[in-house]
Amino acid sequence: MTESTRPPAPSFSKAVLAIVRKDLSAELRSRELLSAMLVFALLVILIFNFALELDVKVRETVTAGVLWTTFAFAGTLGLNRSMSVEKDRGCLDGLLLAPVDRSAIYFGKALSNLIFMLIVEAFTLPVYSLLYNVNLFQPGLLLVVLLGSIGYIAVGTLLATMAVQTRTRDVMLPILLFPIVLPVLLASVKASAGFLNGLDFAEISGALNLLIAYDLIFIAVPLMLFEYVVEE
Amino acid sequence: MIETKKLVKRFGLKTVLRGVDFKVQPGEFVALLGPNGAGKTTFLRILASLARPTLGEVTVAQYKLPEEAPKVRAKLGVVSHLPLLYPDLTAEENLLFYARLYGLNEPQARITATLNMVGLENRRRDLVGAFSRGMQQRLAIGRAILHDPEVILFDEPYTGLDQDASEMLDQTLRSVAATGKTVVMTSHDLARAESLATRFDVLSRGVIVASATRADLAQTDLLKFYKQALAN
Repeated sequence: MTESTRPPAPSFSKAVLAIVRKDLSAELRSRELLSAMLVFALLVILIFNFALELDVKVRETVTAGVLWTTFAFAGTLGLNRSMSVEKDRGCLDGLLLAPVDRSAIYFGKALSNLIFMLIVEAFTLPVYSLLYNVNLFQPGLLLVVLLGSIGYIAVGTLLATMAVQTRTRDVMLPILLFPIVLPVLLASVKASAGFLNGLDFAEISGALNLLIAYDLIFIAVPLMLFEYVVEE
Repeated sequence: MIETKKLVKRFGLKTVLRGVDFKVQPGEFVALLGPNGAGKTTFLRILASLARPTLGEVTVAQYKLPEEAPKVRAKLGVVSHLPLLYPDLTAEENLLFYARLYGLNEPQARITATLNMVGLENRRRDLVGAFSRGMQQRLAIGRAILHDPEVILFDEPYTGLDQDASEMLDQTLRSVAATGKTVVMTSHDLARAESLATRFDVLSRGVIVASATRADLAQTDLLKFYKQALAN
């Protein structure tokens, strides 16, 4: 291949898409990440269901908290696994060696992780509805689930990339992630509870705006920092 | 093609490279020899733009590192002792993913040519996870040469290979070298380095302590040269 025939580096969007397609193809074949997340989410819901069974009033008020606890724990499992696959066989180096902007690698991995998280949530919500007899299929709540997941995955993907490079990666991710992602989880719980309790939009909009602001910050900061996180 | 001047790399208080001056002409096959901990892998990771130099100048394929890293990466192939391949994807899917990351035109034709070169055409639809270590390493070479790089870096490519797999890798390396590419290979295996390389540099405690071409070694053998270099 001569200099004139050498293709230009792929665009940002093509690189992102290539990583997402690769992650989805690998997961479709192995089903390791999704099955672990789904089983874990189901177990958390079942444990909460049994623990809160006797008190119907408590069950009604804790729905938002139980849901986001489930999403957060299952999400951590997925983030760890998603980055371990890249690290264990040197594939992260393979990605970093490509002539693409390194933020495209971050964005590709974050998009894959978000898709996996949304699949788990799409499975968890009906199961929760069935067990707790609560209607969770409200447009407002679904919007909060999407926004909360974006913020969680945006910062989680960056921290998982950092954690996977340490010897104690399995415990390192939750230790790093939960304190930082707390504002997203709190805003998500508050906004979810608002929609579930039928509050006016004006009363929920504060938490919702906060969630959007955190999402923007948590997308922008990792995009700027990713290159420094992955480079020795 | 490759040049470093007074290259220093520190990790915290530990200095791994202490002013490495190194120059490789186009088409040369340089074996970088040295004991464990000499800094060979760190040196190669800097050339591959996976690590930043602390001090000094690095030029690869006429581009400066780290400033022009994406341009260097487009002209660089890297093979390490890890395969940088996804076990849940087939050989073809792995190469297709990297072809997309490098923005290759007509990726299928390149993949077929590459698989033929590394002798894996008949296994293109098999999962990489089912490959032997030797086959994975040959496919790893395929991944590294897929975009027809001008420079190829091999970091201990024989690690973990049995005798048969090592011989097959020898053939693959010879055919890669025969295409006129510039190659730098780190290795502990002096016999293999002697049979492949055109120049031999010895790195010890973070500096190049000796350098000899194949012609220089006409009067002595590589083992003697290596031991003498380390003794001095």
